[in-house]
Amino acid sequence: MENIGSLAILLAFCFAVYSVVASIAGKWGRRPFLVLSAERAVYCIWALLSTAAGILIYALISGDYRMTYVWSHSNHAMPTIYKFASWWGGQEGSLLFWSWLLASYSSIVVFRNRRRFRDMMPYVTAILMATQAFFIILIAFVAKPFNVLEEGRLIVNVGDGQGLNPLLQYWTMVIHPPMLYLGYVGFVVPFAFAIASLITKQPGEEWIKTTRRWTLVTWLFQTTGILLGAGWAYAVLGWGGYWGWDPVENASLLPWITATAFLHSVMMQEKKGMMKVWNVVLVSTTFFLCIFGTMLTRSGVVNSVHAFAQSSIGTYFTTFLAIGIAGTVFLILNRLDYLKSEAQLESVLSRESTFLFNNLILLASCFAVLWGTLFPVISEAITGEKISVDAPFFNRVEIPIAMFLLLLTGVGPLIAWRRSSLESLQKAFMWPLLAGVAVAGTLAVLGVHHIYALVSLMLCTFVAVTVFMEFVKGASAIKQKSGTNLMTAMVELTHRNTRRYGGYLVHMGIVIMFVGFTGKAFDKDMTVEVAPNSSLQLGRYELHVGGVEEGTTENYQWSKLPVALSKNGEDLGTLEPEHRIYLAQKQPTSEVAIRRNLNEDVYLNFAGMSADGQRAVLQAYVFPLVTCIWIGYWVVFMGTLICLTPSKMRMIWARTQVVGVAEKHADIRQN
Amino acid sequence: MNKYLKFGLPIAAIIGTLGWLAAGGVRDSGTYYKTIAEVNKMGQDTLEKRIRVGGDVAPNSIVREGKDVKFVLMQDQLRLNVVYSGIDPLPDTFKDGAQALADGKLGPDGVFRASKIQAKCASKYEAKPSMAKPVNPNS
Repeated sequence: MENIGSLAILLAFCFAVYSVVASIAGKWGRRPFLVLSAERAVYCIWALLSTAAGILIYALISGDYRMTYVWSHSNHAMPTIYKFASWWGGQEGSLLFWSWLLASYSSIVVFRNRRRFRDMMPYVTAILMATQAFFIILIAFVAKPFNVLEEGRLIVNVGDGQGLNPLLQYWTMVIHPPMLYLGYVGFVVPFAFAIASLITKQPGEEWIKTTRRWTLVTWLFQTTGILLGAGWAYAVLGWGGYWGWDPVENASLLPWITATAFLHSVMMQEKKGMMKVWNVVLVSTTFFLCIFGTMLTRSGVVNSVHAFAQSSIGTYFTTFLAIGIAGTVFLILNRLDYLKSEAQLESVLSRESTFLFNNLILLASCFAVLWGTLFPVISEAITGEKISVDAPFFNRVEIPIAMFLLLLTGVGPLIAWRRSSLESLQKAFMWPLLAGVAVAGTLAVLGVHHIYALVSLMLCTFVAVTVFMEFVKGASAIKQKSGTNLMTAMVELTHRNTRRYGGYLVHMGIVIMFVGFTGKAFDKDMTVEVAPNSSLQLGRYELHVGGVEEGTTENYQWSKLPVALSKNGEDLGTLEPEHRIYLAQKQPTSEVAIRRNLNEDVYLNFAGMSADGQRAVLQAYVFPLVTCIWIGYWVVFMGTLICLTPSKMRMIWARTQVVGVAEKHADIRQN
Repeated sequence: MNKYLKFGLPIAAIIGTLGWLAAGGVRDSGTYYKTIAEVNKMGQDTLEKRIRVGGDVAPNSIVREGKDVKFVLMQDQLRLNVVYSGIDPLPDTFKDGAQALADGKLGPDGVFRASKIQAKCASKYEAKPSMAKPVNPNS
C-alpha cells in the first residue's frame, strides 16, 4: 500500500513538471494540444494525490502502525474523527494535504477557464503547477508520508501508535487547519492570474475581475480559520486568551492583512484605474506571505506553540521564496509601462486618499507584525544577541493602528470621490461623532477610565452609526418610492448593490469584534486553592465548590470539579472544569468550563490538586464581552456571502462600458 | 500647498508615530535569550534586563507554595532556581523532565523570578521513533 502511495506522489511530481514545461512550450510554439495536455495533467495530479491521500487516511483509520506517520500520530483509543484529522496533524501529512488542496484548486481553475483566457491560461497553469511541483518535491523527497518503521532490515509492526497530541484532540482540530489551509493555498490562484496578466502584458482589468470573487472566498476561509483558532485557544488552552501573538498566529495574520488591503485597493483600480502596480505587489506579497507562513510552522526558525519538529525543510522554502520573489520583482519592473495609473490623487479629503491611508496603515501593521515575529532572527544577525519581543510590543504598536483603521472604516465609505468639502463632511459625520462622544462620555462618568477602551468604544459607536445611517438613508428612499416597510426596503437595498451593502455588513461585523476585543480591558481573574465543599466570591458571582469526581476512559483518566455558580442568590447552574491525563502520551490537559453569556463569560480552569493532594487549584476568570467576537465573526461571514451574491441591478462601472468590452464583461459576470 | 507635501506630511507623521511606538515596544518587552551558564555569570548590573532562559525541569523539583511555583531548571550539570508567580496557569506540558522556557528577571539572591513559563513536551507534535528507524519504501 505504502509503495503505491509513494509511487503516486512520484508520478504526480513528473506530471507537475510536465505540465509546467508543456504549457509554456505549447504557448511559445503555438501548439494548442500541448497546452491542452498540460491542463489534463492537472487533473491527473489531482487523481494521483487523491490516491496517495486516500491510502494515508485508510492507514490512519485502520491503524496500520507499520507506517511511521501512522505510528506517531494515531492510536487505537482515539475516536475515528481524530484519526482522520491526523492527516494534517503532522509535518508529512499536512504537506500532502497542502499539495492535495492545491491540486483541487488548480483543477477547478483549469476546468472553469477551459474556454476562457486562452492567452493567459498557459501561464496560469504553469505558475500553479510550479508551486505544485515544489510542494510535491517536499513530500516525495524530504518529508515522506509513507515511510515504514524498520529495525535492522526488517519492517516491524508495533501494536499501537503514540496518538495525536492531546491538545489537538478537540473538535476544532477537524475544521481549523483545513480552513486555514484553504485560505493559504487559495491565494496562489489570484497570484497566478496576476503574474500571467503581467507576462501577457495585459493592463490588469481582466485578472482583477476574475480573481476578485476568488480572493473574497479565500479571504473568508482565512478569516474563519483564524477565528476558529482563536476560539480553540480560548476554550482549550486554559489561560482564557484567544490571541497570544505567537509566531504561527502572526504567520496566519500576515497574509490576511495584505489580502484585506488588496480587497480594498482593488476598488481603486476598478473604479479609477489607479494603484495598478500596488495591486500586483499586494497580491504577490500575500502569496509569498502564505508560503512564508507555511515555512514558519515547519522550519523551527522561531519558537512557537504550533511548531512541528525542527527540520531542514526551511532551506527548500527559502530557495523557493527567493526564486519566486526575484522573478516577481523582475517581472513587475519590466512591465511598469503597462501598469500606468489612469488618474491622480487630488485631495487629502477624498475617497481615494482614505483608500491610500487604509492601505498604508494595513501594510504598516503587517510590517510591524512581521518585524516583531522575526525580531529574534534580525537582532541575532545584527547585534549577535538573540532578543525576542512578545505581546506588549505587539499590543503597543497594533492597538493604535487598529484604532486608526477603525476611524477610517467609518470615514472612508461616506467621503466623496476626488475631493470633498469640509461642510459636506460636517453634515455626514455630525451625528455619528456625537453618538460616539456621548457613549464614551457616559462610560467615563460610569467609572471606565481605561483610555484605549474609551477610544475604541467611541470609534465603534461612530462606525456603527455611520453604517446604520447609510442603510436607513438608502432604504427610506426605496420605501418612499415603492411604499414597502423599512425592513423590506433594506433587504431590497442590499440586493440592489450587494458589494456595497455586503461590505458595510462586514465592517459592522468587524466593529462588533472590536467591542469584544475591548472587553479584554476589564478582565478579572483569581487563582485559589480550595478545599472541597467550600464557597468563594468572584466579582458579582458566588462559587460553591463541590467534591472532586474521578474516572477513566479508554483514551484518558479524568477528574472533575463541580462548581455551582450563582449571582445575587440566583442559581446559574453547575460548571464542571475537568483535568485529564491522556494515557498514551502521559500528558495532562485541562478541559475548562465556560458559562458563555452576551455580557460576560465565567471561565473556570481546574489546574490540578495542590501539593498535599487535599485541595483543588482553581483558576477563575470573568471575561466581559468575549461573545461579541464570535457574533462579529458571523456578521462578517454573512456580509461576505452577500458580497459574493450577484447584485440584482448590474452595477457596471461607467469606465468599463466601452463598446465591444461590454459583451465580454457580461460573460465574466455570469460565471 | 504642494500635493506631495500634502500627502507626504500625514504619511510621515503616521510612519514616525509607529516607529516611535515600535521602538518603545522593543525597549519594554525585548527579552534576551540566555543559557543557564550565562545567567549564572551575570553581574548585578544586569538585574533589570528581561531574560528568557531555557533548560530541562529537574525531576521532583516542582513545589507549589500558594500562588508561587518553585522549580529547578537544569542544563547538563548547571542548575538554576526559579520562582514562578505569574497569573497565567502553567501549561499542561510543564512537568518533570520537560523542556521549559522561563521569562523574567534575575533576583539579587540569584533566584530567577519568572513571570511567564513556556513548556515543550519532550516529544512535540512530532514524536521521535526511539525503538525503530524509518525506512523509505522506495529504496
